Amino acid sequence: MTQALGDTLLIAGRNLRRVPRIPELAIFAILQSIMFVLLFAFVFGGAIPLPDGGSYREFLMPGIFAQNIAFASVITAIGMTDDLNKGILDRFRSLPMARSAVIAGRTVSDLVYNAGILVVLMASGFVVDWRVHTGIGEFLAGVGLLLLFAFAMAWIGVWLGLNVPTVEVGQQVSFLVVFPITFLSNAFVPPQTLPPLLRTFAEWNPVSALTAATRQLWGNPNPFAAPGFPAEHPIELTIIWTAVLILIFAPLAIRKYQSISR
Amino acid sequence: MNAIVAEGLVKIYGKGKAQVRAVDGVDLAVAQGTVLGLLGPNGAGKTTTVRMLATLLRPDSGRASVGGHDVVRDAQAVRSIIGLSGQYAAVDENLTGRENLVLFARLYRLGAADARRRADTLLEQFGLTDAADRVVKTYSGGMRRRLDLASALIGTPRILFMDEPTTGLDPRSRLGMWDVIRGLVKEGTTLLLTTQYLEEADELADRIAVVDHGRIIARGTADELKKQVGGERIEVVVDQRDAIDHAVAILRRDADGEPTVDRHTRRITSPVNGGAQRLIQVVRDFDEAGIKIDDIALRRPTLDDVFLALTGHAAVEKPAGEEAA
Repeated sequence: MTQALGDTLLIAGRNLRRVPRIPELAIFAILQSIMFVLLFAFVFGGAIPLPDGGSYREFLMPGIFAQNIAFASVITAIGMTDDLNKGILDRFRSLPMARSAVIAGRTVSDLVYNAGILVVLMASGFVVDWRVHTGIGEFLAGVGLLLLFAFAMAWIGVWLGLNVPTVEVGQQVSFLVVFPITFLSNAFVPPQTLPPLLRTFAEWNPVSALTAATRQLWGNPNPFAAPGFPAEHPIELTIIWTAVLILIFAPLAIRKYQSISR
Repeated sequence: MNAIVAEGLVKIYGKGKAQVRAVDGVDLAVAQGTVLGLLGPNGAGKTTTVRMLATLLRPDSGRASVGGHDVVRDAQAVRSIIGLSGQYAAVDENLTGRENLVLFARLYRLGAADARRRADTLLEQFGLTDAADRVVKTYSGGMRRRLDLASALIGTPRILFMDEPTTGLDPRSRLGMWDVIRGLVKEGTTLLLTTQYLEEADELADRIAVVDHGRIIARGTADELKKQVGGERIEVVVDQRDAIDHAVAILRRDADGEPTVDRHTRRITSPVNGGAQRLIQVVRDFDEAGIKIDDIALRRPTLDDVFLALTGHAAVEKPAGEEAA
């Protein structure tokens, strides 16, 4: 057990060490997020009135955070496919190390990476007048939820990354998963504006739950179309989603890793 | 005692009609401290065999043990006594050479200080000290391969698998790699090496197993195999047809076997021992006798010749895919 933990940290350390060596990956991820902030805050924002009033930018930022956390699974998938194709996984698999450590290390390093991205995003949110109106406890709880969800998304990323032949395919496939769940959500528009079927999807969608949970925790505008579980218990729904995703994708990822047969 | 034993190893890829028996009943026995060369073309099943022995791949049937440990049931025990060096240098190209080795050493359960010491020793041994703190991306092919081998040696393995250690290397790096491998073998490491080059197997291996379509089609020492194929030979094409008889007489004297003659193409082929020195002798004697030649060459048996002799078909490459990675 201590061996598995030690190996996990070694692998996580190795993954993080790579980040500044390929700075383009992190820089463009951050630039892309800032572009979204600017695009929605200044271009679309003016055309999207909130039903109960309130600042669109304060409404927007939790959505941006959730979107980025969801997109982070793409980074995980890319890292995993790259390791697989470069043969470095073979090296790890030929060592007498804990077998779980390679993927566990990947999820841990991506958690740290996401925390870093989150700091930059929060700073840019601050610049466009996003504020937390509650206490430090609620602020940290919100950050905790974001990272918890990031951890779940990382497992999806690992599983995807091990199932695709090339980094490029992995990127395309993960966008296919991530785009609908981030845009068919309450992240950028109030769900009231959606047609009924999409509205139901948007309200139960994990990204929506995460967005609503952080809005609620931080006292940011949090409009909902109809009363119901997602509207009343976004925090619980986020935790349920996270647990469900990890329970599905962690075993799938581990099984895939153990049966790599190339 | 045998360090590596395989009995009836089988690996099947794909399903139904697309099924390929990449490895189709391979038996091997490698005595402790010896070198076995697994010789065959791309797609013959060499890499797949090595991957099964190195615990990366589960055999579909058959069994294998390495250092007395079963590769399936006792995989972790196997991993702690083997080193694996692949044809695609499996090191992290975004880390430095030193960072790679330290990481692998730590994963081998060495403490931080021991890992650093071990990395320094190997960097020195493989002439990578100057490049140690450069990112591997900047390394040449030969350096990368040496780092890969150093990584395989990090746990001082008793048994080493090398999958095409010199494929893609320039001739100088290849000779350097051979020296390194010879050094390891001298220290008593058991080595299983795959190669596409008969010359390489000849240089490094005590025994050779020739693989084709997932099966071993011949085994023996390099000399035994070459005898089956015929060793080196001199090929001469004379300028005039009426010079053939005189040329044959000279070759009979200078070379080491009965020459064969193709009168139509004026080509005479004769087995020879002693290589280039004999070639010079033949050229000199031809010159003295006033025989003009269009072409003369010393031909060594290649993998193609071995294949042709053993299977009756040339060493054709299968489409890439099953041999990849």
